[in-house]
Amino acid sequence: MSFSWARLYEPKSAAMRWLDERLPLPRLVYGAVGGGYPVPRNLNYWWNYGVLAGVFLTIQIVTGIVLAMHYYASADGAFNSVEHIMRNVNAGWLLRYAHSNGASFFFIVTYIHIFRGLYYGSYKPARELVWMLGLVIYLLMMATAFMGYVLPWGQMSYWGAQVITSFFSAFPLVGEPIRIWLLGGYAPDQAALTRFFSLHYLLPFVIAAVVILHIWALHIPGSGNPTGVDVKDEKDTLPFHPFYTAKDGWFGAGFLALFALMLYFAPNALGHPDNYIPANPLATPAHIVPEWYFWPFYAILRSFTVDFILAAKLWGVLAMFASILLLFFLPWLDKSPVRSGSYRPVFKRFFWLLLLDILVLGYAGGAEINPLNVALGQIATAYYFLHFLVILPLIARFERPLPLPNSITESVLHGEQREAAPIGTGRKAGATAA
Amino acid sequence: MATQAPSAEGSENTGTTSGDGVRRRDFINIAAVSFAGVGAVAATIPLITQMNPSADVLALASTEVDISKIASGQAIKTMWRKQPVFVRNLTAQEIAAANKVPLSDLRDPQTLAERTKPGKHNWLITLGVCTHLGCVPLGTGEGENRGDYGGYFCPCHGSHYDTAARIRKGPAPTNLYVPEYQFLSDTVVQIG
Repeated sequence: MSFSWARLYEPKSAAMRWLDERLPLPRLVYGAVGGGYPVPRNLNYWWNYGVLAGVFLTIQIVTGIVLAMHYYASADGAFNSVEHIMRNVNAGWLLRYAHSNGASFFFIVTYIHIFRGLYYGSYKPARELVWMLGLVIYLLMMATAFMGYVLPWGQMSYWGAQVITSFFSAFPLVGEPIRIWLLGGYAPDQAALTRFFSLHYLLPFVIAAVVILHIWALHIPGSGNPTGVDVKDEKDTLPFHPFYTAKDGWFGAGFLALFALMLYFAPNALGHPDNYIPANPLATPAHIVPEWYFWPFYAILRSFTVDFILAAKLWGVLAMFASILLLFFLPWLDKSPVRSGSYRPVFKRFFWLLLLDILVLGYAGGAEINPLNVALGQIATAYYFLHFLVILPLIARFERPLPLPNSITESVLHGEQREAAPIGTGRKAGATAA
Repeated sequence: MATQAPSAEGSENTGTTSGDGVRRRDFINIAAVSFAGVGAVAATIPLITQMNPSADVLALASTEVDISKIASGQAIKTMWRKQPVFVRNLTAQEIAAANKVPLSDLRDPQTLAERTKPGKHNWLITLGVCTHLGCVPLGTGEGENRGDYGGYFCPCHGSHYDTAARIRKGPAPTNLYVPEYQFLSDTVVQIG
């Protein structure tokens, strides 16, 4: 695929040769995740989260298919069918908790994967499409997660559906008709629930398809690496199997242990008790917030409180959509030719500041509304846009990056502990100054 | 300096080889993959068992039927575990016809007495599920086809049951199933 020294598939048995000649599936698998895919030899553990995201997508699809065998998408029966799953269905409690916590873990690993990409410049040429397809996956995940959260038809489900679909009503003229079209009524009811169930079942398969495109696009230039230096020859790479299958394997098993810990000992820690109250169209819960993975965006939405040319409501919705859409332009906002943040002293500081900013946004989005939290959210929102639209382009222009290693192999032989560090800055004793 | 590109086989010089050619790394590899394999198999248990009858289905295990309104020669259909149950009040002729058949003529030899409760031989209670492929046989309703032997007739593939609901002709392998039941009084039967 990507490099000339990538090994070609050679069948080890007559049966596989027979199959490969008629349907080159073994060849495809070998070239994609087998010994035929050369991967930079210096990947650190931040490179494990893409595979983990695939693992959690699989867990979500498998548990979801099984839950759909017992769930009814009916405004009268949905809440009871979820209780039926929890109480009557064999292992139903386990499957439902695995699905709800699986969603959270899917987002955790995806966020780590995204921030890995932000720090190591994974969005830069020639991986712009990998990055953009990843953002498409992320948007699809958000839509899927939102609609899934509506399905139990509890109080938070119902009011979540009401609030999110009301985003669209912010647009002048067309907004309200769009909202009514989305819901199939004036408020969430049977029509909305049924279509959300249908789409919640469909979208994960769309995600799986875009994941294939994401991996396909990745395998053209090949995986990035912590130095951001291009692969030069065979010495710089290792075959994906067995080296990275083993590393992903043990790390994935360890992460699944963490998932199991959450699943068995704190299955409701990330949920809202209000969602165990059946949907009531006449009473909104006192403190309504989305699931934790939407908090930063919820904070941006709530930050606009004053009309300015356009209505405050519209500003909030536009800013929230823009906060994600601007990431599609990231390859052109950050034009620094150096990929890895490890060699960009100024960028690195602002990266951590951005992470902190997003954590603050998350706090502000999940916290109760009071003047202090709103102000906090407003400052953090302003900084979020400032980072991407002003700071990042400026850093790219004025920053003086550290010297890059000549090759991946050179940086690796420099010492395992500091494998991603610039030459001459490694803290390890005996490192030679550049 | 190890500048040669490592490969899948490149680990040969890192393991200690015992006499039989098995490297320490082979053992670690097999142990780790087996452990993960056992975990993967264990994870399929909830995915499979969720399809078994749930607690609310199992809770429908018994039902009570009032038989006081069933006149001699009549039959009713009732439900038990979402399956039809035939409750039939046999006439004296039907009992005589059933008792007249030699057991050697039967595919699934059973006497009427074995298929009813002592002293209540006129009450024939069976599942209304043909033992061939599960259709509901005719013969409970007034004027329905009761088949060549005056009991039940399954319209799907032509199984004929006699007045003790025993298979006499057609593809069904066994007699209509007699569920567990007991008379709570002369007029109430509890099935299941």
